[in-house]
Amino acid sequence: MIPIALKMLFRDTSKFFGIVMGVTLASMVITWQGSIFIGIMSRTVAVISDMGDPDIWVMDPKVQYIDDVKPLITTDLYRVRGVEGVSWASPLYKGMTRARMEDGQFQNCNLLGLEDSTLTGGPPIMVEGRIEDLRRADGVIVDVIGATTRLAKRPREPGAAPTPLKVGDTMELNDHRAVVVGISRNIRTFQSQPVIYTTYSRATTFVPNERKMLSFILVKAAPGVAPAEVCDRIERATGLAAYTRDEFKGRTIDYFLKNTGIPINFGIAVALGFFVGTVITGFMFFSFTVDNLRYFGTLKAMGSGDGRLLGMILIQSLTVSLLGFGLGLGISAGMGAMTKDSALAFLMPWQLLVVALGATIVICMASAMLSIRRVVTLEPAIVFKG
Amino acid sequence: MRVDATVQDGQNIAVRCRGVTKTYGAGPSAVKALRGVDLDVERGELLMLVGPSGCGKTTLISVVAGVLNRDGGECEVLGEDFARIGPAATTRFRARNVGFVFQAFNLIPTLTVAENVAVPLLINGVSRREAIAKAAEVLSRVGLGDRTNDVPTRLSGGQQQRVAISRALVHDPKLIVCDEPTSALDHATGQRVMELLREVAEGHDLSLVVVTHDARIFEFADRIAEMDDGRIVRLSTGQSHKKAEHELPVVK
Ligand SMILES: Nc1ncnc2c1ncn2[C@@H]1O[C@H](COP(=O)(O)OP(=O)(O)O)[C@@H](O)[C@H]1O
Ligand SMILES: [Mg+2]
Repeated sequence: MIPIALKMLFRDTSKFFGIVMGVTLASMVITWQGSIFIGIMSRTVAVISDMGDPDIWVMDPKVQYIDDVKPLITTDLYRVRGVEGVSWASPLYKGMTRARMEDGQFQNCNLLGLEDSTLTGGPPIMVEGRIEDLRRADGVIVDVIGATTRLAKRPREPGAAPTPLKVGDTMELNDHRAVVVGISRNIRTFQSQPVIYTTYSRATTFVPNERKMLSFILVKAAPGVAPAEVCDRIERATGLAAYTRDEFKGRTIDYFLKNTGIPINFGIAVALGFFVGTVITGFMFFSFTVDNLRYFGTLKAMGSGDGRLLGMILIQSLTVSLLGFGLGLGISAGMGAMTKDSALAFLMPWQLLVVALGATIVICMASAMLSIRRVVTLEPAIVFKG
Repeated sequence: MRVDATVQDGQNIAVRCRGVTKTYGAGPSAVKALRGVDLDVERGELLMLVGPSGCGKTTLISVVAGVLNRDGGECEVLGEDFARIGPAATTRFRARNVGFVFQAFNLIPTLTVAENVAVPLLINGVSRREAIAKAAEVLSRVGLGDRTNDVPTRLSGGQQQRVAISRALVHDPKLIVCDEPTSALDHATGQRVMELLREVAEGHDLSLVVVTHDARIFEFADRIAEMDDGRIVRLSTGQSHKKAEHELPVVK
């Protein structure tokens, strides 16, 4: 009876189309909004993700997330280095600075100061130049998105394209000359501010007003020791907070979830997609069933049990949910691919797909429930009614 | 007034109803559709059920076919009492033993003719290939062998009813119930549909109960049971028999 159920569905072209469109819409809204939400969340941890090398981030215990810098004192670095299981520990400066461009414009930037000797925590990918070039006098590395957008030179005539910042250009960071020695590719940050890398000691000259410079200590666990175990040891030995990279990402995302309107806004959009999808799909699927009620009644009279009819409806509903899910996913993945290099945050991990598929199936099953109820309570004797 | 529409010889009985009652609804709006029906349907006969609109014909065949529960009285169909075997077994019984023909054909418009006819076999668990093959065979017997892959709506009313009859036949049921099978058709087409049903009845021990109010098709009946107001009021032999029509004795 499964082929019969599918034929009843497929050959009712307009209804079939309508139902699949309803599911597609819901699945599209859910996967699209979900991907943007996850994209935005992933940007909040861009700085952590970009630093692939360290396993562990050490910070003041009051720090809640990556942008919440509470400086440490220099001796903390030595204390951390002394903890057993620490392979190496490097200082990191993280702060904001104002860049004054050659054309006189000001722009707020993220400034990262890397340990002079090791340059630990440098950019993941270099587009131009090398990380080591930071050792050259006044050297800074600028991320490519910043270089081509906010830090780009304004065009002379309005309407013309801005000129990207390039290697050899100069700017002023707090009245100190800085020379661009490299361009890196980074994950876009949450506020879309340009990221500027320099050395730890040079960062001191760029931000003279800050007394304490040590924002974070980046730690590598010794081979064979679990990072979580090293975190414990560091915390016990120094009284500082130490988190593995994933833990720190989690804390940062948690902070944004709890303290910003982002999750609510996206939650509402996703819930709306889910709700509208359920209503549209439910309405159309129910109307499909009602249109076929005479035939379900006929099948019932001819000896189809309720279980079999239920199976037919579930198969129909599962089919439209899978088709609609696939279409909706395809559309939002396609749109995501098209906006890949834009400012739009879009990230579609498989976990999101599992959740969206689950939601789509719930929508379709909820819609099918109405239909199933209607068919199960159907009196087979109605087949003789005109 | 009550008519004894029963047959003495118990061996040859497909359907035996005694004092069957059915009331729709309750309270002041209740409708007594069957007020004590006594009726036997013999194996292999074509019994016509006639009477004015609203007298309970459809209700009676619904009870006999096992799609509607009676309220009272007794009713055995092929030796089974639906009230005793319960709904699940009744559903299986219908799948195996009963064929249905409706006034409005009730062919599933999104399935082909052959698929429609195959449905009772599929319900009985026959494989799809076998079911379609058997359906095609029955369809060619009723002269529609070349229309198996059409959708029903491309067929004329008479052809659609022949498809429906094929569907009622395909699984070799013991009982076929037809509710006004010719009402949606013009006279000539209705005659041909009845000829087909007559032919079907000639075979093995298949019984047909045909509800109609079309006097022009009475000639196809073995027996005619007349209903009025929820009861059988008259039973006569149809013209298909060589025997002359006679009225059965009225019993109190
Ligand atoms: N489902 C129902 N609910 C209430 N009354 C019904 C229902 N079905 C039939 N009836 C009533 O029962 C009586 C017999 O109906 P029916 O068996 O359909 O008659 P017929 O087929 O002879 O026209 C009629 O008065 C009809 O209105
Ligand atoms: Mg009727």
